[in-house]
This record gives sequence, structure tokens and C-alpha cells, in this order.
Amino acid sequence: MTINADWYLALGVVLFSIGAFGVLIRRNVLVMFMCVELMLNAANLTFVTFARVLHDIGGQVLVFFVLVVAAAEVVVGLGIVVAIFRRRANATADDLHTMKG
Amino acid sequence: MIGLIGVLAAVASATTHASWVDVGTFSVAAAVVLAGAIGVVVARNPVHSALMLVMTLFGVALLFVLQQDSFLAAVQVIVYAGAIVVLFLFVIMFLGVDREENLGVEPLRGQRPLAIGLVALGTTGLLLLGQVSGWTTGAPHVAGSDTGQPNVNLLGKSLYTTYLFPFEATAALLIIAVVGAVALARRPPPSTNPVDDEDTAGPIDATGETVAADAAAAAEVASPPGEGGSPLRPPHASGVAGSPGSPEETGS
Repeated sequence: MTINADWYLALGVVLFSIGAFGVLIRRNVLVMFMCVELMLNAANLTFVTFARVLHDIGGQVLVFFVLVVAAAEVVVGLGIVVAIFRRRANATADDLHTMKG
Repeated sequence: MIGLIGVLAAVASATTHASWVDVGTFSVAAAVVLAGAIGVVVARNPVHSALMLVMTLFGVALLFVLQQDSFLAAVQVIVYAGAIVVLFLFVIMFLGVDREENLGVEPLRGQRPLAIGLVALGTTGLLLLGQVSGWTTGAPHVAGSDTGQPNVNLLGKSLYTTYLFPFEATAALLIIAVVGAVALARRPPPSTNPVDDEDTAGPIDATGETVAADAAAAAEVASPPGEGGSPLRPPHASGVAGSPGSPEETGS
């Protein structure tokens, strides 16, 4: 008998909340990316838990796809960060207000 | 952290009928995950944040193992901790931004209380929703049962039959991401169109045809005074020239 699914899901909720909080309060773009990774991991944990509870392999396949999308997102996002940092040193998210309306 | 492990173990063992090995493993993994996640958010140095992210990822991999999902745990460690975090650390070191950040300053007033309020509201809402209505809803066995066979067999079979088209789409996504990263991070060749290069766009804007919107007064001084429609022409010309980043740069 393993742990109830409620515990995994509650842990996923808390992990997602910490990631969302980090995205909201941090200004370093790289740390914001890491907090997005935290949120993706919380979603992965939820997917795996539901795959176990519902006996459905689709949750694990979705985790696979989330991994691929996270890798692509990090690559493109860090490319953008490198392109921004080449133009101006020490850029935080508050400095990037060029498109502000 | 030991206290957190103890509290989690006590509560988990009191509410479930699992064996103490499962409860202990879950408690340690959950404490590692939470401590790592909090460390990512509160660490001043981005390198410390990346290392705390590795800690969280290992904890999540441990939770995957605990749910008999060893293949995804291995993939989690290899792809996340081995590739993505290394990419983060490479970019941090490449850009030289591994210096301390002052977390005391708050540029947007009221941002942190608002963030705390929103996140607390969302968290309690989700937890209450789970307690009231039950977590697990929906139909089981949509894509095939995962009982009886080893995990990797079912995962591979499902990936290459039911989810074949999304699998191919991820291949296309990765190709697009690689091309996009190369196009973004590539240093532009020096003798291309100077309008595209925003490093040199400022001086050209002040003197030449591509007049920026913020530098309208300077452009009117520079241009001949008898030219028709001069108040409307500079913003229009800047829009055609395609250098939208230059007004803020020259203005600030």
C-alpha cells in the first residue's frame, strides 16, 4: 500500500505555488525561468500521480511531452536572454520596458 | 529540514495506511522538494538557485520512483538535471551574472504583498477544492492500462501508436527550437543592413532618414524647416524603418 494520491497532489499544489510566487517576485530573468521549471515539475508530479491512480499510461506520456517542451522553451528563452544581455548588461525584467504601451 | 521531514512523516503516516518505508521516503523526498523550491526563490545568487533547482529535480525523481515510474525518474534526472540545469549554469557563467542580487529593493510598490496574497489564495483554493470535491475525477483507461506490464514497454508502445502524431510534432518543435536559438544567439555579421542592428541605430536615427518618435524635436531641427507635414512624418518614418527599440534607448 503506497501513499495516498492526495499527498502527491497537495505537494504538487505547493510546489506550483512556490514557482508562481517566484515568477511574480523575482526580477532576474534566469531565476524566473527556473521558477517556471518548478511549475512544470509540479505539473509533471500531478500527471504521474494521476497516471498511477487512474491506471492510465497517458499521464506518463504527457510527462514525456512536457519534458520536451520544457527543453525547447529553455533553449529559446535562454537564447533570448543571451541576445538581450549582449545589448545591455545586467538586465532585469524591469529594464525591458521597450514594448510598454 | 529535519523537522519538516518529521512533520510530514507524522501527518502522512497518521492519515494513510502505507508502510513506514513509503512514508519515510515520501517525507524525505517532499522535504527535499520543498526546501529546494524555496531555495530557488530566495537565493540571491543565480548559481545557488540553479543548484537548488537540481535538488528539487532529484526530489521529484524520487517521488517518481516511489510511484513505480522509474523510467521517467531516469529521464527526469538525465534531461532536467543533466541538460537543462547545465544549460542554465552555462548561460549564467557565460553572461557573468553570477553576482548577488539585492532582494530588499522592491521596484514596483505593493508587488510582493499582492503576489503573496494571490498565491496564498490560489493555493488554499486548490487545496480546499481537492478536499471538498475529491482529487481524482475522470475516466480511467483512456490510453491503456499500466498494470501488469513493465513501465517502459507500455510507455513506448503508447508513444509510438496512440501518441505518434504528437511525438512527431515534438520532433518538429525541437527542430524549430534549435533553429530559433541559433537565430537568436547568433552574433550578427558586421556589414549587414545597419537599420536592423540596434547598436548602431541610435546615431543613424539622430542624423539620417530613420527618425525616432521620441527624437521628433531633434529631427525637426535637423531637417529643413520648409518640409511639408513634418510633425506627422517622423513617427511614420520610424514605423516604416522598423527600429522600434530605438526610441526608448535614445530617450533613456
